[in-house]
Amino acid sequence: MKVSLTVNERPVEADLPANTLLSDLIRGHLGLTGTHVGCDTSQCGACTVHLNGRAVKSCTILAAQAQGAAVTTIEGIGAPGNLHPMQAAFQDAHGLQCGFCTPGMIMAAIDLVQNAGPLDETKVREGLEGNLCRCTGYHNIVKAVLSAAERL
Amino acid sequence: MSDTGIGKSVKRREDIRFITGQGRYTDDITQPDQTMAVFLRSPHPRARIVSIDASAALEIPGVVGVYTGKDLSADKIGDIPCGWLVKSADGTDMLVASRPPLAVEWVNFVGETYGIVVAETLAAARAGAEAVVTEFEDLKAVATLADALGGPQIHANVPDNLCFHWELGDGAQTDAAFAAAAHVTTLELTNNRLIPNAMEPRAAVGIYDRSTEEFTLYTTSQNPHLERLILSAFVNLAPEHKLRVISPDVGGGFGSKIFVYPEETAVAWAAKQVGRPVKWTADRSEAFLSDAHGRDHITTAELAMDKDGVFLGFRVRTRANLGAYLSTFASSVPTYLYGTLLAGQYRTPAIHVAVDGVYTNTAPVDAYRGAGRPEATYVIERIVETAARELGVDPAELRRRNFIRPDQFPYQTPVALIYDTGDYEASLDKALKLVDYAGFPERRKASEARGKKRGIGLSCYIEACGLAPSQLAIQLGAGVGLYESGEVRVNPTASVTVFTGSHSHGQGHETTFAQIVSDRLGIPFENVEIVHGDTGRVEFGLGTYGSRSVAVGGSALMKATDKIIVKGKRIAAHMLDAKPEDVDFEEGIFAVRATNRKLTFGEVAFAAYVPANFPEDLEPGLSEKSFYDPKNFTFPAGTHIAEVEIDPETGVVTVAKFVAVDDFGEVINPMIVEGQVHGGIAQGIGQALLEHGVYDGMGQLVTGSFMDYCMPRADDLPNFIVDTTVTACTHNPLGVKGCGEAGAIGSPPAIINAVTDALGIRDIAMPASPERVWRAAQGL
Repeated sequence: MKVSLTVNERPVEADLPANTLLSDLIRGHLGLTGTHVGCDTSQCGACTVHLNGRAVKSCTILAAQAQGAAVTTIEGIGAPGNLHPMQAAFQDAHGLQCGFCTPGMIMAAIDLVQNAGPLDETKVREGLEGNLCRCTGYHNIVKAVLSAAERL
Repeated sequence: MSDTGIGKSVKRREDIRFITGQGRYTDDITQPDQTMAVFLRSPHPRARIVSIDASAALEIPGVVGVYTGKDLSADKIGDIPCGWLVKSADGTDMLVASRPPLAVEWVNFVGETYGIVVAETLAAARAGAEAVVTEFEDLKAVATLADALGGPQIHANVPDNLCFHWELGDGAQTDAAFAAAAHVTTLELTNNRLIPNAMEPRAAVGIYDRSTEEFTLYTTSQNPHLERLILSAFVNLAPEHKLRVISPDVGGGFGSKIFVYPEETAVAWAAKQVGRPVKWTADRSEAFLSDAHGRDHITTAELAMDKDGVFLGFRVRTRANLGAYLSTFASSVPTYLYGTLLAGQYRTPAIHVAVDGVYTNTAPVDAYRGAGRPEATYVIERIVETAARELGVDPAELRRRNFIRPDQFPYQTPVALIYDTGDYEASLDKALKLVDYAGFPERRKASEARGKKRGIGLSCYIEACGLAPSQLAIQLGAGVGLYESGEVRVNPTASVTVFTGSHSHGQGHETTFAQIVSDRLGIPFENVEIVHGDTGRVEFGLGTYGSRSVAVGGSALMKATDKIIVKGKRIAAHMLDAKPEDVDFEEGIFAVRATNRKLTFGEVAFAAYVPANFPEDLEPGLSEKSFYDPKNFTFPAGTHIAEVEIDPETGVVTVAKFVAVDDFGEVINPMIVEGQVHGGIAQGIGQALLEHGVYDGMGQLVTGSFMDYCMPRADDLPNFIVDTTVTACTHNPLGVKGCGEAGAIGSPPAIINAVTDALGIRDIAMPASPERVWRAAQGL
């Protein structure tokens, strides 16, 4: 089936099997490999992207459900030399180690900062409950998000 | 000192690609004309394969090939070996079960690979796998550690499923210590089975080039050179010079990616069969079933003391689950990485340990963050805490009475190791202060006023890191040496390319190693590039595990850098018309002593490659390497203290405070070291409170997804209070000890000591889940 949407402000049209997941469209068809897939039960959050400005797990929705939507991936928010404040905060606070959960974590954190109201440590921890990290123990991720919340 | 030198919290250079989505993990690599693979996996814990009919699968559009264990055997592909030979106490070799990459006749755990389906797309490969008809003769399985001895015999050559009965220490001396004891504390302990769950699932891309007959294997390995060695020397996939193994960015390992697995072996082999690249990426369900699991011990421990609580003897009996087959380092984990650590931080004069390593019909069990040392620490620190309670002595005080004192180093333990240095009381004191130990009774009262139970628990751990002196390791059964290689290649324009046999899968080597080399050479950090993870670019290496990268890999780089300086001095001496011994090197300047004649590092580098008038005995070029073989293990140690609050109505344990004070020796990048400690503590708290790999009585994995296996999430954990003390390692050039595993080693007993303190009970099984804690709180 045909799907049209924008990904990182670029129009995308694709003819895909109806059961194609949004994460497969992003990784497989568009080659945007910054979005990772870490599980098969929508538990880990590594595949988190923005759909019309809100964080979604891209393995949990079909590409077809993104018809007409604006999708933003980690590649769409900043680049080396022009980092998004959340990206910069993750580096500054050492909020990542292996980097695999990081794109999803950053996308979830941006949504949290933009939409969850005033944040404190507890709220950040609760807000990132849907994103697993096995390296950092979350300590520095929480620090990064609180620091970015001040910058954003 | 520059702000990027040794000891500085330099921001990680690798982060830029990771935070912008430009990391390059194995699954991100796509080859032209690539095919996709799906594995046939046993649904049975133990069965005989009667027949496999792939005819229907081969009819499915897009299916390129279906291969089984018989196809690999016919091509003389060998078994996947275990890399460490352990001998039983009677001198006989451990009994090794044959492990073909794809099972031929017998399958012995749920998820074991017995075939591979290669197709144009993942969907076609999955459809193909569904269409393969396999007839199994289902057999009764050994599902748990408790059932292993005396259960159905899994392997024809292993009576009673006993792989080895290993012992260490002096049994008679230990018996004598118990006979003289005023008090004996006994504890039965279970160390729960864990599933590593690095966030990046394992993956492999196999490529075969018909013109050169070369294989290239991209895979998620912590040690690509060891992978190449094993696939060449034992598995017979290809000669070593015709096989290139590349570990690109790897999304965490924690031990589980050290090992050579069936999947990458079969993927590389299949690439040659189909004449096209073959790619496989595990989904999380496969990872749960087939990644090597960790821990899974049952132990009886007895501690003998005199009337003052001075330790006299320690006796430990452990049964360790090895799973269905021996994974790469499986046999070393519950033996040489466990029994040798049982002295802990204490002067216990007599220790004896006996370990039965047994096969079960479960996934192979191998090294997981800490590997043997968390199990040893759990046994020691649980029994010491219990002894203190029995004697009515403050747990900190009992430990103090028994610590090895700073003036006793080097210290020979009764279980083979020689600790080079340490100051255990310094870490204990600092941790007690940070947690406000004196204020605990007040905090407990405050919790009680709110209907909560509060407890505090200590853990004074030691670990042996920096594997290892090769001579000792090989004597003890290791199949390889455990040195590390490093090469420092100065380019003509004075930038430096560094090649290391260590592998970073989150540890930040590209930053830390650049700090070491740039600091030593007095050149800008930005001018040093670190290359790792590619057997085609790095000469050799033994990879990253056991907190060895900086202690062994970093030391190799120091040695290679020293050779660069020596050669640089010779070049400078020639250019400045001086003797090499009169040339000093400091802050990037070669200077003739007591003169104003000097050259920059850049001038010397350029001259090395433009040797206008070098004498005959001075070779052009400026590139040096070193193979560094450590003289001893390193011995990081410290004190972890947990304070928990329990809601007796729900059984939920909240970690109110967690303090870790670690002695890692010298520290290259404090920010990275703290991050390593945080991550380790999270995994340790996960083990103590949340995580448990469970097989049911039939041998089916019950905890096979993130829905069932409880990973620590952000709201399960507190902020950690982390600090260090320093006694420099005495035998490596950096004075470093290693920091990667300490958090996972020290924290589980601290948590369980705190939980049992809060509940006023003797023991609780890990994970101390809400159900278990609630039952204990209700006295059920």
